[in-house]
Amino acid sequence: MLEQKEGSQAVADAVALCRPEVVCAYPISPQTHIVEALSDKVRTGELAPCEYVSVESEFAAMSVAIGASAAGARTYTATASQGLLYMCEALYNASGLGLPVVMTLANRAIGAPINIWNDHSDSMSQRDSGWIQLYAETNQEALDLHIQAYRLAEELSLPVMVCMDGFILTHAYERVDVPTQDQVDAFLPSYSPRQMLDPGDPVTIGAMVGPEAFFEVRYLMHAKQMLALDLVPEIAADFKDAFGRDSGGLLRTYRTEDAETVVVALGSVLGTIEDVVDELREQGVKIGVVGIKCFRPYPLDEVRDALGHARRVVVVEKSFAVGVGGIVGQNVRLALSGGGPTVYDVVAGLGGRPITKRSLHALLADALADRLERQTFLDLKADIVEREVQRLQENRLSGPHAENMLRDLGIVAARPH
Amino acid sequence: MFQVRIHGRGGQGVVTAAEILSIAAFIDGRHAQAFPSFGSERTGAPVVAFCRIDDKEIRVREPISEPDALIVQDPTLLHQVDLFNGLAPDAYILINSARTFDELGLGELCDRFPRERLIALPATDLAREHLGRPIPNAVLVGGFAAMSGRISLESVAKAIREKFPGKLGDGNIAAATAAFELVQRQIQEPTHA
Repeated sequence: MLEQKEGSQAVADAVALCRPEVVCAYPISPQTHIVEALSDKVRTGELAPCEYVSVESEFAAMSVAIGASAAGARTYTATASQGLLYMCEALYNASGLGLPVVMTLANRAIGAPINIWNDHSDSMSQRDSGWIQLYAETNQEALDLHIQAYRLAEELSLPVMVCMDGFILTHAYERVDVPTQDQVDAFLPSYSPRQMLDPGDPVTIGAMVGPEAFFEVRYLMHAKQMLALDLVPEIAADFKDAFGRDSGGLLRTYRTEDAETVVVALGSVLGTIEDVVDELREQGVKIGVVGIKCFRPYPLDEVRDALGHARRVVVVEKSFAVGVGGIVGQNVRLALSGGGPTVYDVVAGLGGRPITKRSLHALLADALADRLERQTFLDLKADIVEREVQRLQENRLSGPHAENMLRDLGIVAARPH
Repeated sequence: MFQVRIHGRGGQGVVTAAEILSIAAFIDGRHAQAFPSFGSERTGAPVVAFCRIDDKEIRVREPISEPDALIVQDPTLLHQVDLFNGLAPDAYILINSARTFDELGLGELCDRFPRERLIALPATDLAREHLGRPIPNAVLVGGFAAMSGRISLESVAKAIREKFPGKLGDGNIAAATAAFELVQRQIQEPTHA
């Protein structure tokens, strides 16, 4: 049924429709509304049978998820930002043990400086944790991806992280089509575990493995993830048959047929980029968009096929690896190694800086004129950075960067001590 | 696309106002997108929320910098925050105040914008009267419906009911309806603006 509701509520609806038996979470902005709504659904009996476990930290959240999943329960959790970092050790255990936990990541920046706003630093920091990573463009897609995620996770016995932009999606009210319980039940079979802790038939899960087999277990993780490259599009096609909507898949192309310039991005910024691309198309510019929906496993061949014919590729990404540059950009270059288009890396929107159509138009005008640097930072206030660098040179005890810069912007009035 | 920016202070239901607006537009069969300015909200701190309304899917996700309509829930913001930045030349401005634009020191706006699109509405007073609480958000959405004609009063009432069940909903609907009627009268006699 079509409803106008908040992204977090839509995701909570989707998760409940998947009939998780254990939900364990620790609240953190901007994920809070999702787990609040789920705890309400458990309390009122709308979601039953299900145990909602209020844990004392994200490390406990993922640990409980591991225990519940190993005991054969369909399991859900959600987090963001520092919460994801705090559960990091357990994340690797969930994937290493091959437990099909589904987790929502409400994408948020990582501190310091502390910042609650959106970017992709958190999910990108765990891109190699062995979790499958799917990225939602809209709240409809976020809802749909959770239903697909359980099927994917349980068929492969691997954990799946559904990434949705914090605040921009989680707190946005928009139109979503919420499926019925019957529709979801028909699409998602009940959970049939590959391994299960059962007192009646005791096994060990998570024993120490020495040099004789550790390598093989790790290799198998990779091999299983690579199977997702076939399974993700299959599940998306099944989903379309069942629900009548295109959602998920490995990547989505938009107006790329004859495009000489292609913009690559992940998540909700794709909508803004598509609007800009439509406006440029009206001016006769041959430009298109590739949205990467599944970042892990990385669809190398599909990215190459989608971009190989272009003259230039502009990667707009909300994260970067300090000391190297763009992360998505590196992955795109990997797909295009051995020739092909020029790849421009654009880091944008860190810590919630809005990515505006105006800035994208200016950026793409530079790209189309081939006057863009290979690595750029969209709307970076270079003067503020330069002033801080100057302070560093002039004064040994130059003080904390963040506070100095805020003072330059007139936001912090206090003078340094 | 029609874009609305709502300014107020933490605790006045600014984000809820944008959500109600989006639900009303959805009930009218339109596409709508409402979202907050994503601050660390505190009671009393300036808050901004946004709503876009269109006949097709809304893809853009940036904050609204060039609104077609402005709703000001708290007149004490008028001379603190640059509220009128980026407004379209034919924009609607709805301010929660029992005073006129001239009395609020906003006389120059009357030269910049169409007079019939500038409305001062005593929303807090209406809320107190019908709701018993000084929360002006749903009242202003009722006023906005009359001012702009972009959403129907009936859909506003349904949207309020969706957000506020029971007595709270009744009071808010009564206040929003009173606001709708008051604004309609003001538009017919624009000298009161």
